[in-house]
Amino acid sequence: MTALDAQPVAIADDAVPAEARGRRKRPRHVKGTRPGWFVYACLGVVLLASVFPFYWSLLIGSGDSYTIRDPNMSWIPGGNFFSNAAKVMNDPAVNFWVALWNSIISSGLIALSVVFFSTLAGWAFAKLRFRGSSWLLVFVIATMAVPTQLGVVPLYILFSDLGWTGQLGAIIVPALVSAFGVFWMTQYLRQAVPDELIEAARVDGATSFRTFLTVGLSAARPAASMLALFTFVSAWNNFFWPFIVLDRQNPTLPVALSLLQSNYFVDYSIVLAGVLLATIPLLILFVFAGRQLVSGIMQGAVKG
Amino acid sequence: MDWDLVRNSGTFVGFDQYATVLADPKFWTALRNTFSIFLLSTVPQLIAAVFIAAMLDQNIRAKTFWRMGVLLPYVMAPVAVALIFSNMFGDQYGIVNTWLGAIGLDPVKWHSNAFASHIAIATMVNFRWTGYNTLILLAAMQAIPRDYYEAATVDGAGKVRQFFAITVPSLRPTLIFVIITSTIGGLQIFDEPRMYDQYGTGGANYQWLTITLWLYNIGWGEWNFGRAAALAWILFLIILVIGVINLFITRNLVRDEGSRSDLTKAQMRAARRDAQASVAADRAASRTPAKEALR
Repeated sequence: MTALDAQPVAIADDAVPAEARGRRKRPRHVKGTRPGWFVYACLGVVLLASVFPFYWSLLIGSGDSYTIRDPNMSWIPGGNFFSNAAKVMNDPAVNFWVALWNSIISSGLIALSVVFFSTLAGWAFAKLRFRGSSWLLVFVIATMAVPTQLGVVPLYILFSDLGWTGQLGAIIVPALVSAFGVFWMTQYLRQAVPDELIEAARVDGATSFRTFLTVGLSAARPAASMLALFTFVSAWNNFFWPFIVLDRQNPTLPVALSLLQSNYFVDYSIVLAGVLLATIPLLILFVFAGRQLVSGIMQGAVKG
Repeated sequence: MDWDLVRNSGTFVGFDQYATVLADPKFWTALRNTFSIFLLSTVPQLIAAVFIAAMLDQNIRAKTFWRMGVLLPYVMAPVAVALIFSNMFGDQYGIVNTWLGAIGLDPVKWHSNAFASHIAIATMVNFRWTGYNTLILLAAMQAIPRDYYEAATVDGAGKVRQFFAITVPSLRPTLIFVIITSTIGGLQIFDEPRMYDQYGTGGANYQWLTITLWLYNIGWGEWNFGRAAALAWILFLIILVIGVINLFITRNLVRDEGSRSDLTKAQMRAARRDAQASVAADRAASRTPAKEALR
């Protein structure tokens, strides 16, 4: 299992400076010193806590509307999950399939576009010389401290003037570039591409843009795929702005979920079946890309 | 601005909207709730994250499995988390009250009691973010040079002593970073309180009304855009105080990476000399304590 160990270095290219790689050469632990059962027990409790809500939604979502009030509730899921899920899918007030499609399209487009623009901007900040570049980078980073709430009112007025309210474009267009993405790509490209490589390309007669295409893009690939992953997850889960600007005819999945609970009488077996249904796509993503998410967070932390 | 939706323009009313917001008792309730939920979600979360990270930093089996396990809640949408937990924290049939009953405690009114509702909402935030912050802290722990621990072992310090004397102080910069980012996020909390009941108005007595939730209800419930924008500015000013600190920290991080692209060649040479000198000084300074520890 240690071979699978997702260290930050796992994604490092050959372009990473030697001292960063050398750090891992020394074994971090003396061989054979495994911790005792207590550590595993504590981690087991943590794991249980992070899995339990998923299981709970399966448990309630597979019962009927009385399961939750049953004092002798069974801890084994009942047989109603598929019929509850069908109720969610067929509920005309929720528009589940529209929501699923909207979530896939908007999150996918946002992830692609953020990666595209952030790589371009990150390359410029990291490797090109232009007047005011460091000041501009500080400005971009500073915008991360500005809350979404501040822009929401003017943005809404703008989009209702354009007639975009209720349209999917209203949630895609404001998210096409992100300050975090620019910062992330700048930090990565700065250390991943040695200046000598760029000079060599210049000597060979490559234009600035050609250098970016041949040197920059290939070096940026590991960080870009992680940025795409994180952008996708956060766009998928985003609620505040889509909830404001979209309506119930054309929701994303979180907005559709909020509609499940909006009736006076809330049938939790259906609400939680819907919750599970909306989470399944991301659980599948987690199975395939969870390791990349882990190393992405750890790598981002090292660089700040 | 007193915004007119029909004319789609406004009359300038000076700072009247700000005065109205600040004079409204709901503002102070929302401010109190926001800070209460923020503290209840940040403090226990970071303490737990440090300890879980310390356990993951041990030489455990199946490292990737455990790391992925703590990160699992991160992929669930906050809305989904809120729906599950508002069910678990139900006043009447919630599983949490059933558990409390099983160990002989009275059921807690998770919705009607203000403080209890803050705990429930903070639990949702903690569920989703503890694992994420754990991994950030774990990465920082792995960057601590092992020599420190070896030196401490030679000096006879036990595991617990090493944790408090080496690990925790070394995590300080990362902790500051995590605290600031979770402050900016925590003060904007909306999804969880919005979905804590089906009405989304923050409870009958505004027990869990937060600033952003109130902003939404002013702007898109009362359709009063002018007042909503005023409230957004007040929220921004509250966050700005913390954001300024954030700016300083990120700025330093960027400087450390050191692109001096806008300098002339001579300036770069001078900077390089300075950097070499300071690195040499740093090295000399950092060597001394390690030597002393080994003696």
